[in-house]
Amino acid sequence: MTQVTYLEAIRDGLREEMERDDRVFMMGEDIGNYGGAFKVTEGFQARFGAERVIDTPISEVAIVGAAAGAAHMGLRPVCEMQFIDFLSCAYSILTNYVATARYRADLKTPMVVRGPCGGYVRGGPFHSQNPEAAYLHTPGLKIVAPATARDAKGLIKAAIRDDDPVLYFEHKFLYRRIKEDLPDGEDIVTPIGEARLAREGAHLTVVTYSAMVFKALEAAEVLAKEGISLEVLDLRTLLPFDEDAIVASVKKTNRALIVHEDTRTGGIAGEITARINERCFEWLDAPVRRVCAHDVPLPYAPTLEDFVLPQTDDIVKAARWMVAY
Amino acid sequence: MTTAARKAALPAGLTRAQLLELYYWMRLTRSLEEKLVALYRQTKVVGGLFRSLGQEADAVGSAFALDRTKGDILSPLIRNLGSMLVQGATPIEVLRQYMAKADSPTRGRELNIHFNDLARGYLGQISHLGDMVTVMCGVALSFKIRKEPRVGLVYIGDGAMSTGAFHEGINFAAVQRLPLVIVAENNGYAYSTPIHKQTAVKFLVEKAAGYGVAGDQADGNDVLAVYEVTKRAVDRARSGGGVTLVELITYRRKGHAEHDNQGYVPKEEIEAWEARDPIDRYLRQLETSGWASRADLSAIDARVTSEIDAAVAQCENEPFPAPATALDGVLASAPAADLEWYRSL
Repeated sequence: MTQVTYLEAIRDGLREEMERDDRVFMMGEDIGNYGGAFKVTEGFQARFGAERVIDTPISEVAIVGAAAGAAHMGLRPVCEMQFIDFLSCAYSILTNYVATARYRADLKTPMVVRGPCGGYVRGGPFHSQNPEAAYLHTPGLKIVAPATARDAKGLIKAAIRDDDPVLYFEHKFLYRRIKEDLPDGEDIVTPIGEARLAREGAHLTVVTYSAMVFKALEAAEVLAKEGISLEVLDLRTLLPFDEDAIVASVKKTNRALIVHEDTRTGGIAGEITARINERCFEWLDAPVRRVCAHDVPLPYAPTLEDFVLPQTDDIVKAARWMVAY
Repeated sequence: MTTAARKAALPAGLTRAQLLELYYWMRLTRSLEEKLVALYRQTKVVGGLFRSLGQEADAVGSAFALDRTKGDILSPLIRNLGSMLVQGATPIEVLRQYMAKADSPTRGRELNIHFNDLARGYLGQISHLGDMVTVMCGVALSFKIRKEPRVGLVYIGDGAMSTGAFHEGINFAAVQRLPLVIVAENNGYAYSTPIHKQTAVKFLVEKAAGYGVAGDQADGNDVLAVYEVTKRAVDRARSGGGVTLVELITYRRKGHAEHDNQGYVPKEEIEAWEARDPIDRYLRQLETSGWASRADLSAIDARVTSEIDAAVAQCENEPFPAPATALDGVLASAPAADLEWYRSL
C-alpha cells in the first residue's frame, strides 16, 4: 500500500495508461516542461517525450478538435483544460462535432478532456466553475467526477480506455486534501456508470458527487448523533448516471436529497428528481429536495463564496426538515 | 488537331489518362448535381441542395493532388462534391445521402456530403465552419506521431476564415509543423455576404504570413493550375515542410443553396464568370492542345450519364430508415436506464 493524494492518484492513473498503451498521448497548455498548472503531469514530458506530451497554444478549440481527429485515426488523446472553466471555449466543437461523431457518422472518438473544477478555493468566477450541467444535456458524451483517490485513479484509467468521449472533472479542492492508501500493483479501473455507496443509512438518501460527498458525510456524522441515519450515494459518473442505484436507495430510505456544488437552476439535481418521480414516486415519504449553490456567478471574497456554495449545515437542515416531514 | 506533331506537351507531369480523368471527375460532379436538382424539384431530395457550379475545377484539381495510394485524407466543404468523388465516394452514396435513404452512408442521420470514409480518404464536415481545420490538425498530428508519410488537406471558405476555429486550427498546425494543406476557396460569397464584408485583406493568401506558413495562390477555375499549386503544397507537407495556405480564386455561380435566388448578386457578374466556366475551359484546352479527341470526351460524357442513371435507378425507390433506428449508436453501448426508457415508449 502507498498513501497517495487525489492529485497523485490522477497522475498515477495517467502514467499507468501512458505506459500500458502507446496510443495514449496528451495535449494541453503548459503540461509539458512545466508539468501543468497544478503539476498533474509533472515529469511526463521527460518520461514520455514531447510528441506524447504536447504543449499547445492557448487554443481550447484546437486542442479538442485535434484530439477528435487523432482519436478518429486510432490514437487515444487526453486533453487538459488548465481550468475546466475554459472548456466552455470549446463548447461548440465538443457538443457539435465530438459528441455527435459516433451517431451521425460512425466515427470512433475515444478521447478524454480533463481539468480542475470546483470552488472553496477563492478562485473567483472563472477558476471555480462546475459546468457539468452544460454538458449533461449532450447525447454522446460521458461525464465523470471522482470524489476519492481510488476513484480519481480508477476513473481516469476507465475514461482513457473508454471508446466514447469522456469529460473528467477533477475537484481542485480535493487535489491535496484527500489522501488514501492504495494497493501497489493493482490495475484500479472504476466502471463508468456505476455509483458508489459512500455510507449506508436508513432514513434518507443523499445523492451527490465530487467534493460534496465529503460535506454529505460530515452532515451524516452530525445527524447520526440525533438518530438520523443518512445514506450517501456517490454518483461518480454524471452521464450516464446510475439511475438504478438511486432508485434502489430511495426505495429503501424513502427520501432523496440531492446535493451539488453547481448552481440550482438547470442543474443535474433537477434531472435526478425527474427520474425519481418517474421510477419511485410511490415510495417517497417527503418531497425530493436539493442543496445547491445559489444562482449567481461564484464570487471571490471568502464571505461571499462560503455563502453561495453549499455547506454541511445546509445539508443537515434540509435532511432534518425531510425526516420530520 | 489530329496529328501527333501538333500536340502540345503534356502539362503538370500528368499522363494523358490522368488528364482525361480530371475531365471525368469534373463532368461527374456537374452531372450528378444536375441530376440532384431534378430530384430536388421532385421533392425526392428531402432537405436543401447545394451546388458547386463553376467550382468543379477547384474541388477536383486539389483533391487530385493527393496520393490515394499513401492514405492521404481530406475534409471537404459543402461545395467539394468533386473532392469527395476523386477520393472514392460514389454517386449512389451521394444520392442516398441527399434522399435520406436507410442505406445511406450515415443511415439517414446526416445530410448531403456530410459523410466520411477514412479508408478512402475523406472526413465529412459538420456545419460549424472552421471546426474541421482543427479536426484535420488531429488527423495530421496522428501522421506525425506515427511517422507516416501521409498528408491531410482541409478546405476553408472565404466566410469560414472569419471563425475563431480557423484561427486556432491554422495556428496550431503551423506551430506543430503538421503535414497539412489548407485550401482557401475564395468564391466571392458566404451565403449573401461578399468577401469585402468578411475580411479587410484583398486576397486570403495574405493571411499565411501572419501564421508563419507558406502561401500560394492559383486560378481556381483552371483545373491544371489548381492541381499544380496543390501538388506543390502536398509535396511540401509530405517532405516535412509544414503547412501551406493555398488560395483558389473561383466563383459561386449559384445561390447558397437551391432555395436562394441570388438576388444580391449583379447578373453581369454571374455572366462574366459563366464565360470562365472551368469545364468549358478545360474542354477547349484538351482539344486545342491535342490531349484528347472529341471521341474520348464523348465517351466520358456517356460513361458519366450511364453511371448516374444506374445509381438513380438503383436507389430511387429505396426506403427511409425505420423510425426506431434513430435511437441506437449514440454511445458504444447504450446505458441500461435509457434502454428501459426507450422500451417503455
